[in-house]
Amino acid sequence: MRLRKFGLGLVSALALVASVGMAHAKSDIVVAMQLEPPHLDPTGAAAGAIDSVLYSNVFEGLTRFGPDGSVNPGLAESWEISEDGKTYTFKLHEGVKFHDGSDLTADDVKFSLDRARADDSQNAQKALFTGIESVEVVDPLTVKVTLKEPNGNFLFNMAWGDAVIVAPESIADIKSKPIGTGAFKFTDWVQGDRIDLEKNADYWGEPAKLDKVTFKFISDPTAAFAAVMAEDVNAFVGFPAPENLPQFEADPRFQVLVGSTEGETILAANNKLPPLDNVKVREAIAHAIDRQSIIDGAMFGYGTPIGTHFAPHNPDYVDLTDNSQYDPELSKKLLAEAGYADGFTTTLKLPPPSYARRGGEIIAAQLRAVGIETEITNLEWAQWLEQVFKGKDYGLTIVSHTEPMDIGIYARADYYFQYDNADFQKLFADLTAENDPAKRSDLLKQAQEMISKDYVNTYLFQLAFPTVADAKIKGLWENQPTQATDLTAVYWED
Amino acid sequence: MALLFRSRTLLPGAVLTLLFTLAALISLVWVPYDTTVVDIANRMKPPSWLHPFGTDQFGRDILSMIMVGARTSIAVALVAVGIGMAVGVPLGLAAAARKGGLMDEIIMRANDLVFAFPSLLIAVMITAVFGASALNAIIAIGIFNIPVFARLTRGAALSLWNREYILAARVAGKGSARISLEHILPNVANLLIVQGTIQFSLGILAEAGLSYVGLGAQPPTASWGRMLADSQTMISLAPHLALFPGLAILLTVLGLNLLGDGLRDSLDPKLRRART
Repeated sequence: MRLRKFGLGLVSALALVASVGMAHAKSDIVVAMQLEPPHLDPTGAAAGAIDSVLYSNVFEGLTRFGPDGSVNPGLAESWEISEDGKTYTFKLHEGVKFHDGSDLTADDVKFSLDRARADDSQNAQKALFTGIESVEVVDPLTVKVTLKEPNGNFLFNMAWGDAVIVAPESIADIKSKPIGTGAFKFTDWVQGDRIDLEKNADYWGEPAKLDKVTFKFISDPTAAFAAVMAEDVNAFVGFPAPENLPQFEADPRFQVLVGSTEGETILAANNKLPPLDNVKVREAIAHAIDRQSIIDGAMFGYGTPIGTHFAPHNPDYVDLTDNSQYDPELSKKLLAEAGYADGFTTTLKLPPPSYARRGGEIIAAQLRAVGIETEITNLEWAQWLEQVFKGKDYGLTIVSHTEPMDIGIYARADYYFQYDNADFQKLFADLTAENDPAKRSDLLKQAQEMISKDYVNTYLFQLAFPTVADAKIKGLWENQPTQATDLTAVYWED
Repeated sequence: MALLFRSRTLLPGAVLTLLFTLAALISLVWVPYDTTVVDIANRMKPPSWLHPFGTDQFGRDILSMIMVGARTSIAVALVAVGIGMAVGVPLGLAAAARKGGLMDEIIMRANDLVFAFPSLLIAVMITAVFGASALNAIIAIGIFNIPVFARLTRGAALSLWNREYILAARVAGKGSARISLEHILPNVANLLIVQGTIQFSLGILAEAGLSYVGLGAQPPTASWGRMLADSQTMISLAPHLALFPGLAILLTVLGLNLLGDGLRDSLDPKLRRART
């Protein structure tokens, strides 16, 4: 009897402990994603995975993207733009400290911008900074940026992950030990497994609600499914297997957010490689492909068809899918006109994501139907960057361009699809110099139409961004206006 | 012939092997549906009269894919075993003929070297370096069949070299190359056939493993391993996508192993004597 009483007491004590434990909402989170960053310097590589971990969490820029893609003040609390649109005077927040304890000053801003636009800069988006004439330190909290030409995009450019502010003393180790100003501090990186962040207690702005953040990297879709199902991870951003989403939706433990992204998924063509240098051949390819079957077959219906390199949720988007309607007969006719009545053979190099691997098989089948044979090669990302992106050794490839407002890449003749059109380059220069919103919108529409009519690439669909998370997590970004996993406002609901 | 069917495992093994060989041969001239044409509207349909094994994630007929996959698997494994035999057997014969000599040492130590590496790992390396393709998979699997056959041949041949009839042939003035060909080889042939079927089944497994990790035959060529890999994430949606290629691999390998066992029981003179 006494024993039973003791047992009862123990049980109730345990229950009490448990209930006390339950009363506090969790303050740590494990967020999984597919790709691991190659290193941790967002200003030194094109890999979007770096921004997915660090943007806004660890590193901040003068301006920052909001969850809806709007450009908000970041480290700069305000700015003034001169009459001629050439001079931007940024006023920095007071009391901003880097994670190593040093103060953020105008010198750091000058250093960061000068470093990004230097001749030997490793920045993957140097074009963002080329318009800068000079950066001057006015006083410790004021910095004046002078542009060569007025640039209506300048504040937008400064919000990119490639434009974050870094301190000169931390540059040497930035690739393994990033020191920023964000609401989270970097603590540890176990390569091949995870990156740990912890709350920055001295954060200048609204402090983070989570104490500890772990980013886990799970590249295999099957393992990703298992990890979420077993609740080994609390959230998976960019879930790689769209076919499993209905299962998560039906499970009350999880919430599924399918957001839009800036990811224009395209069948890129090497515009300098015969026969793809012939616009008729590229037009034929565009008409040979049925977008909807790729969206259904590769993405299980998640994705919006696009007809140009522009995000459909953007107000300036023009629906140009009619320029490349699915029409295999027209495609064959165009091939015959171009002198390839019997078709031709080219390569199709596919990076790892399922939109590329699965989409590639469907595209190969559809191209075969009009007489174009493709040799499929599956590549890992490193090989893809080496062979396709840098080496330009490919015929066709499938990739999603996740940078925001990146139609400017068509003005770069040395970009991997090698579209070299002086008219477009001039149009884009005009656009960059234009400050008037109505005229900008008009130029943007012209730009979209030009690349659509030139059939530079075949524009497939806007990539959807599925996030599967524990139903109790609030504050996650649904959309991906830029590559980021901004956790500064994320919290657990009780 | 009656002797052949004394073994209980021979018949089921032969039937299974024949079944898949037939499927592969038929696929050369006819398949129910073209496996290079996708039909998204009809994807992941369960088995039906139109598609006995259902359709895959791109709407391709799985039965047709299995047939073409059988061709890929059998072709890769057969050529790989062929390479192993064509190189390994002469090496083994040569080593046995020069037992204890320098040539024997060189051949057998080189064999040990290849044998010492995990075969699949090296196969992955070869295909990673030279690119993923069915041809490279054949070469990779073939290389690892060489020491298997070289050792087997040498071991069996060594015991024969001491026989009186070999001595007689020597006395009659035959050279060792001729003795190896005319007297040793026919007497080790039954062992080689048995080992061949076993290696064949291992070759099919290796091919499936390589294409599972994406290093075997490239799309659009159907391959069992890749069918398995592709259907992995869909297993809870459409289990038949993984079931049929999985069964195909299982049954083919089982069939070849049974066949190999049966052949050994029937062909090996020592075992035959023991049973009667």
